[in-house]
Amino acid sequence: MVVTCEQVWQEISNYLENDLSPELRAAMQDHFRQCKHCTAVLDGTRNVIHLYGDGRLFQLPMGFSWRLRRRLSRAMRPRRGTAFGWLVAVAALGLIAGGVTLASSTPRRVALRSEHAQAGHGIPAGLVVLVAAHSKVFHLPGCRFLHDKDEPVHSMKAEEAIKEGYVPCVRCLGKYVAHLAAEFIRKHAWRMA
Amino acid sequence: MILILAIVEAVSPLPDPAAGAVREREQELIRRVQNGEQERFYELVRPYERRVYSAAFSILRNQADAEDAAQEAILKAFANLGQFRAEARFSTWLIQIAVNEALMRRRKEHAAIMEPLGGHHDEEGAYTPRDFADWREIPSEALERKEVRGLLLEALAALSQKYREIFILRDVQHFSIEEVSKMLGISPASVKTRLLRARLMLRDLLASKISAGWFSRLPFQKGSKPW
Repeated sequence: MVVTCEQVWQEISNYLENDLSPELRAAMQDHFRQCKHCTAVLDGTRNVIHLYGDGRLFQLPMGFSWRLRRRLSRAMRPRRGTAFGWLVAVAALGLIAGGVTLASSTPRRVALRSEHAQAGHGIPAGLVVLVAAHSKVFHLPGCRFLHDKDEPVHSMKAEEAIKEGYVPCVRCLGKYVAHLAAEFIRKHAWRMA
Repeated sequence: MILILAIVEAVSPLPDPAAGAVREREQELIRRVQNGEQERFYELVRPYERRVYSAAFSILRNQADAEDAAQEAILKAFANLGQFRAEARFSTWLIQIAVNEALMRRRKEHAAIMEPLGGHHDEEGAYTPRDFADWREIPSEALERKEVRGLLLEALAALSQKYREIFILRDVQHFSIEEVSKMLGISPASVKTRLLRARLMLRDLLASKISAGWFSRLPFQKGSKPW
C-alpha cells in the first residue's frame, strides 16, 4: 500500500491518535521514512499537541481563586424566601407580639412630674388635696407652701393626683414621705458623722 | 440545564483506573455538599478552576470575560448540584456548563467578534500545510516562560471559533472525540475533521516562528516524546 503526501496530511491526526488500520499506519510509516516534508508536518503536529496539552499553558488570572471564593460565599448565604427564612421571620414576629402583650399587661408606673421628688407612701386614696396650676406638688388645704397667689388651684382626690404624677408636699404631707427621709439618713449616716 | 444533564448522562466513565480514587472522593464531596455542607463546594471545584477558565477563554478570547463566565459557570454548578447525576463525570458536567455559558455570552456579542484564520475554509476540502520547516521537539519546560505561553495563546487566538473550541476541548481539556461531539452537538466525523485542521493550522502558525529561530534562543533540554 502506497500513500501520497495529501493522504498523509489527511490522516496525520488519526495517525497520532492511533486510530488507523494497521495497513494504513504501516504505509504512512514507510512514507515518513522517505518524505522530509511529511516528517516535518508530523513532528510539528505532535509538538502542537504536546505543548497545548500541558496544563501550564493557561494561567489563572491573579486573584481568580480569591474572587471565586468570595462569590461562592455570597451565594451560600441564606436567601430570602426559603422555608427556614420564613420560619425565622414568623418566630421573630411571635416574640415581638408576646413582648408587646407582656408589656401592656404589667401595671404602668406613673411618670412623676418632678424627677427629684418621691411618690410618697400610704397616702389615703380619698384624701382631698390641692394642686396649683404649673405646679408638680399636691398639698393639704391650708398648706402655706401652696402657690396659690397668682395661679388657679384645683382640688382632687389624692389617688387622682398620684395618677397624674403629682408628688406630695414634704411639709404638709411629710409623714407620708418621712420614711424615705429616714431611710436616706440611715444609709448615709456615716457621711454625716 | 436538562440538555446538559442528558449529554452528561450519555458520556462514558473514565477509562483510567487511577482516576477511580479521585472520582470516589469527588462523589463523597458531592454528597456532603448536597447534604448541606455548602462550604465544601470550593474543595470540589478547586482542581478544575484552570480547566473551567481555559474552556471559557478558548471561546471568549478575553481574560476578563473568561473569568466572569468561568465563575458564573461554577456558581451555576453550585446552584444546580442537586441535579447532578453520580454516573457522570463531575469535570465533564462542570466544563460543559462553562462551555455553554461562554457560548451564550459569545452569541450575545457575536457581531463584535472577528472571525480569524480558518473561517473561510471549506471543511470538506483538504487542508494543505503551508510551511515545511523542520520543527525540533519543544520540551514542556518551555511553558514556564511567559513568552512561549504568549506565542502559543496568540496562535490559538488566530484560529476561528469552530476550530479553536474543538482543539481546546480535545487537546487541552483532553475530552474524547465522543465527548466533544456530544458537548457541541456535532458528529464525531466533524470533530475529527476540525481537529485535524486546527492542529495543522497551529503547526503552520508556530512553525514560522520556530524557523525564524525563536525557540532556538531558549535554553531547552531535549524531552521525551509522548508517542
